[in-house]
Amino acid sequence: MSLLEITDLKVGFNTEDGLVQAVRDISLTLDEGEILALCGESGCGKSVTAMSVPRLLPPDTTRLSGSIKLDGRELTTLPEPEMRKVRGKTVSVVFQEPMTSLNPSFTVGYQIAEVLRRHEGLSRQAAAKRAVELLELVGIPAPARRMKEYPHQLSGGMRQRVMIAIAVACSPRVLIADEPTTALDVTIQAGVLDVFRDLRDRLGTAIILITHDLGVVADIADKAVVMYAGRAVEQAPVSELFANPRHPYTLGLMSALPSAAVDGRLAEIPGMVPSPMSDPDQCAFADRCRYAQADCRASRPPLEHQADKHLAACFHPGGQS
Amino acid sequence: MTEVTVRRRGRLWRRFRRRPMPMAGLVLVVAFVLLALVGPFVTGDPSAQDYMATLAPPSGAHPMGTDDLGRDALARIAHGAQVSLQAGVLSTLLAMVIGIPIGLVAGFYRRWLDPIVMRLVDVTLAFPFLVFAVGLAAIIGPSLKGVVLALGFSQLPAIIRITRGEVLAVREMDYVAAAIADGAGDGHIIFRYVLPNCLSPLIVQATVAIPAAIIGESTLSFLGLGVQPPTPSWGVMLTTAQQYLSDAPWLAIWPGLMIALATLGFNLLGDGLRDVLDPRSAR
Repeated sequence: MSLLEITDLKVGFNTEDGLVQAVRDISLTLDEGEILALCGESGCGKSVTAMSVPRLLPPDTTRLSGSIKLDGRELTTLPEPEMRKVRGKTVSVVFQEPMTSLNPSFTVGYQIAEVLRRHEGLSRQAAAKRAVELLELVGIPAPARRMKEYPHQLSGGMRQRVMIAIAVACSPRVLIADEPTTALDVTIQAGVLDVFRDLRDRLGTAIILITHDLGVVADIADKAVVMYAGRAVEQAPVSELFANPRHPYTLGLMSALPSAAVDGRLAEIPGMVPSPMSDPDQCAFADRCRYAQADCRASRPPLEHQADKHLAACFHPGGQS
Repeated sequence: MTEVTVRRRGRLWRRFRRRPMPMAGLVLVVAFVLLALVGPFVTGDPSAQDYMATLAPPSGAHPMGTDDLGRDALARIAHGAQVSLQAGVLSTLLAMVIGIPIGLVAGFYRRWLDPIVMRLVDVTLAFPFLVFAVGLAAIIGPSLKGVVLALGFSQLPAIIRITRGEVLAVREMDYVAAAIADGAGDGHIIFRYVLPNCLSPLIVQATVAIPAAIIGESTLSFLGLGVQPPTPSWGVMLTTAQQYLSDAPWLAIWPGLMIALATLGFNLLGDGLRDVLDPRSAR
């Protein structure tokens, strides 16, 4: 049994224009100490998939089905008070925006200690002591002094580290990081990724990394799920994915990576993402795919094994006819 | 904690100190509060009558003159300041203590509580203040307590609206989403995340509400609905003064001037606080 098992997850949102289906039939597993990357372009459903785990989607408009099991415990039907004990303790989240995700009215030390007091029942002094250790863990110099500072006194990279310190304070089993490096300078990005690697090694935390940056995926992830229009189009261990990409969308993403070795224009994927309102029985990528043939528009390709642990949803993987 | 809080307050204070008008406001407010707190002990009995000097113009013995019963106007101004300060501060405090929790809850539970609360607020807003004050005076009798209740109640809709508006904005902030993701409960989010980040406009509102309440107290007392003679209040003093306007104009000038200065002071202070507390203003 894996630490986290997501089976046939479907997530839709009720809007004034009708039901918007954001995630369609995602299944994945995550083991202890594993780093999983959810990648794809904006709106492909990667954040919605991840946020379904701690149930952070708006409760009144979300329509969710399928199963999410953490340590064998079903999370989708867990009562809200129980779920609150899971959030921040067993499953925690690092958000994208370090500048605005800390409470401006309290010191960062107080905010770290707050989580420890809530979930671990620590005393004020014990929590403060632990908060200093956590700041040290995420690589903040002079942690005892930084503790007493307010968020506006810290830089973006520092704030992101504080966010990570809060997220890992209670040694969560699963850490969800939503584009944790997007808002940061490249030099600071590498440091933040090191912090994640370090946590995985020291605490055995499993990490779900939401990103559209394949460079980050190659750098840190063990396995990856490539999503397109709410579905997984390719799932594979990262080394296998980069060595042998099967789905034309994955190929397109990789050739769209900027590289110092290639001159000229960046390769792009033509066309637009289809609307999440309609879902015809065909490959959603067919209209943008240069290998597409008649069968791609006749029915939807299923997610099939291409090699050991390597799944792709394509009738013509790698461009073969 | 303290060192940094001091540093942060220090920065706000430096920004405040550079502005001449708010500083003038602060001086006026401090002078007013001192007059209300210390004045009554220095000036003596406001009810002591000197029949040898009724309606006397300002002199060495009576720096502000005396009224028709020979009572010292300075002593009455000082005691009146106490009444004004009480009416202003207590009514605003009352409105905040009741209004902030209502606004917090309405804004936070927007789906089911907000429509009810806001319609009630609209009804309250439509109710004429003086009619309400007269009604209240009829029930509990004209007194300072009635004035505080009437003024506090009339400020309630504004406080609820301001709080609710702030809550609606703050609850969408990323740090509230982060708090939910950390497993915080509603109560914790409301008091630790929403309330502290809603306070600035409420502090500014207090500096508007207090002078409005000071004028309100004077109005009600002038009309005989508030503080009753012989207790000195600036409004009561004005009522007396209007009979002697041509013989003893100073009786009207002193309380009128005091009302104007106290109100001006609070308003200037409020403008300054608004500038300093607004993060968008230039540093």
